[in-house]
Amino acid sequence: MTTYLLKRLTIALITLVLASMVVFAVLEIIPGDPARLMLGMNASADQVELLRNQMGLNAPVALRYLHWAGGLLSLDFGRSYTYSVPVIDLVRERIVVSLPLALIALALSTVIAIPVGLFSAGRHGRAGDTIAMGAAQLGVAVPNFWFALMLIYLFAVWLRLVPAGGFPGWSAGVWPALKSLVLPAIALALPQAAILARVTRSALIDVLNEDYIRTARAKGLPYRAVLWRHALRNAMIPVLTILGLQFAFLLAGTIIIENVFYLPGLGRLVFQAITQRDLIVVESVVMLLVAAVIAVNLLVDLSYAVVDPRLRSRQ
Amino acid sequence: MKLWKTILTAAALVLANGASALAARTDLVIGITLEPPHLDPTAGAAAAIDEVLYANVFEGLTRIGADGEVLPALAESWTVSDDGKVYTFKLHSGVKFHDGTDFNADDVKFSLDRARADNSVNAQKGLFAAIDTVEVVDPATVRITLKNPQSSFLYNMGWGDAVIVAPETADTNKEKPVGTGPFKFQNWAKGSSITLIRSDAYWGAPVSLDKAEFRIVTDAAAAVPALLSGDVQAFPFFDPDSVAQIQGDPRFKVVIGATEGETILSMNNKKPPFDRLQVRQAISFALDRKAIIDGASAGLGVPIGSHMSPANKSYVDLTGLYPHNVDKARELLKEAGLENGFKATLKLPPPPYARLGGEIIASQLRDVGIDLQIVPVEWAQWLDQVFTKKDYDLTIVSHTEPNDIDIYSRKDYYFNYDNQTFDKIIADLNLTSDEAKRMTLLGEAQKILTDDAVVGFLYELPKVGVWDAKLEGFWENAPIQANDLTKVKWTE
Repeated sequence: MTTYLLKRLTIALITLVLASMVVFAVLEIIPGDPARLMLGMNASADQVELLRNQMGLNAPVALRYLHWAGGLLSLDFGRSYTYSVPVIDLVRERIVVSLPLALIALALSTVIAIPVGLFSAGRHGRAGDTIAMGAAQLGVAVPNFWFALMLIYLFAVWLRLVPAGGFPGWSAGVWPALKSLVLPAIALALPQAAILARVTRSALIDVLNEDYIRTARAKGLPYRAVLWRHALRNAMIPVLTILGLQFAFLLAGTIIIENVFYLPGLGRLVFQAITQRDLIVVESVVMLLVAAVIAVNLLVDLSYAVVDPRLRSRQ
Repeated sequence: MKLWKTILTAAALVLANGASALAARTDLVIGITLEPPHLDPTAGAAAAIDEVLYANVFEGLTRIGADGEVLPALAESWTVSDDGKVYTFKLHSGVKFHDGTDFNADDVKFSLDRARADNSVNAQKGLFAAIDTVEVVDPATVRITLKNPQSSFLYNMGWGDAVIVAPETADTNKEKPVGTGPFKFQNWAKGSSITLIRSDAYWGAPVSLDKAEFRIVTDAAAAVPALLSGDVQAFPFFDPDSVAQIQGDPRFKVVIGATEGETILSMNNKKPPFDRLQVRQAISFALDRKAIIDGASAGLGVPIGSHMSPANKSYVDLTGLYPHNVDKARELLKEAGLENGFKATLKLPPPPYARLGGEIIASQLRDVGIDLQIVPVEWAQWLDQVFTKKDYDLTIVSHTEPNDIDIYSRKDYYFNYDNQTFDKIIADLNLTSDEAKRMTLLGEAQKILTDDAVVGFLYELPKVGVWDAKLEGFWENAPIQANDLTKVKWTE
């Protein structure tokens, strides 16, 4: 177990270093000058040059990479070119929106998907299964920005139960803040739940055909107990894998939903930073996300061992 | 569901009536589509900065009014010497910055000297180019001496980039703006909203609103439900394509005004075949402005024939010079030896007027044998490749700065246009303060640009404002890109 953990950690570190090089290199290559963007079309070339110097953009590439990467090592993420505040402050402001949103969406999707998966697998090939999987197919197919707009028109414009968008901040109280995350969480959870339900169902169907299930049934265990205790546990590995992927996606890949609900989340921060060529923000936030994805994957790997005792003893 | 709606509507009505019986509302949420990168109007070109702060938080010596006129602001009056070179400004007394410090002539000198200094990163440094010296005569009087007479000087001092800042707070305005205006900055929740509150110490006419929140709603599709749900009560700059969804609703006012944005099909005047007059004229004849406005701007927007807003006093209608005429366009291409047409690229920045307009223009030019390859670019790429490196054939962009016909005389500007007669007119214009003479010169300048078909002149970008019908006092037009809230109030 320890060597397994060490091996995983080493791979994680190498991935981080490689990712930092790729991220930095890509942003060097894309055209666009943050100083010109800031000063617009009426500024002279000399002024742009002056601002480039102030921003530290004229230093050699290698030096700037080392400066930035060195900062990351000491958890210094640099200062935003456009906002001129520490990047970590920007991230902190956004993570309090993105993290709860991702967690709520993930919880919702799990709560919907696992029962639907169980239900469908239990009625494999029958009408209930067909209807549930048809609904799941629809959930995957419906574009989530459209679904989000429908939710807004129904719950915000028509019924006026929740705001149409925006985020009042946690300082406005837990309830108003949560209220503004409800619709985005539903919009995010639906397609994820649909995918997860399908994965749960097919994993369960595979497991239900195993000999040990027949044995369990033969020794007189009720169907329900077999399903929950033997089948679901054995079907958990693919489900956990998908959950890990979904969490990483929900943390930063939610730009479309963030735009529709004008939420100040991480996805929009990165998107805005790219359009404004706020390179240091893009680089640092992407690195944080890489780290988050690696951490989640590591957790998922470890959770396999919890679910499956055989993996614990295997080196 | 129906029952629920009835109950909720009734409850909402009771609440609304109860509130209005007491007093008119004094809070307002305004939707803006782009978030300002920072909050210092003297250090950035982004229009979003002025949209939040101009006239609300920061003030200059003069200011621009709703119809583009120059009004007194921190300077209550001024005199101009006979040679047009010395301006003496009399300042308002009793003016305080939001941090409680007094405003006086020293702050004016500091602000103007800072904007024109060698190390200035003011995005409109050119506004201050004519200034020779700024002297403090006494705490309430400033004397500015120009190197040469400049007719637009008072107008220039009304720009957002020329607002007066205090030396103590100038460096922190990006995060925490401190000005002299009727509203003071309260809070910026990044990515979400910027909140201003009324400044009780304001020197001028008090404002009606206690609190104004600018909420950042990037997605046009999200703007409509934001209005309908009542979360946002005004979008002074609304997406023309979404306006149909709001137009029939009596709860809202839709106001179509003019901007200073000349939307043009820019051509690289040094790059063959665009270096030839016949080719540029052929393109101008090939353009059907009506179809472009319908497709790119929901039918809103006024056609232009040169680089001047139809709302401007000096405007000359030159749209008749190049009517839509495919045969004429083909004929001109033949004269240029290009009867078989040619291929070129059209680089399009992100705004809908460019992306939508570009496809229509490409199809119109295809009718005369010009085969355009559309290349979508981001703003950063556009500024880099098109504007700075001039690596382009054609592009579409709206030049939103007011009175900017002089860009055609700038050396090394991305049009690559060079005409000494035109340059001479602009130089003369800068030295002329006689109104009638100025109009003549501006008319001549417009005529030259049209004759040379420097670019394809398309239309003046409309300003589509949408707000709650109970609100009044918003600007109808956008002589500069700003949301002046000083006169905005709820009528009930």
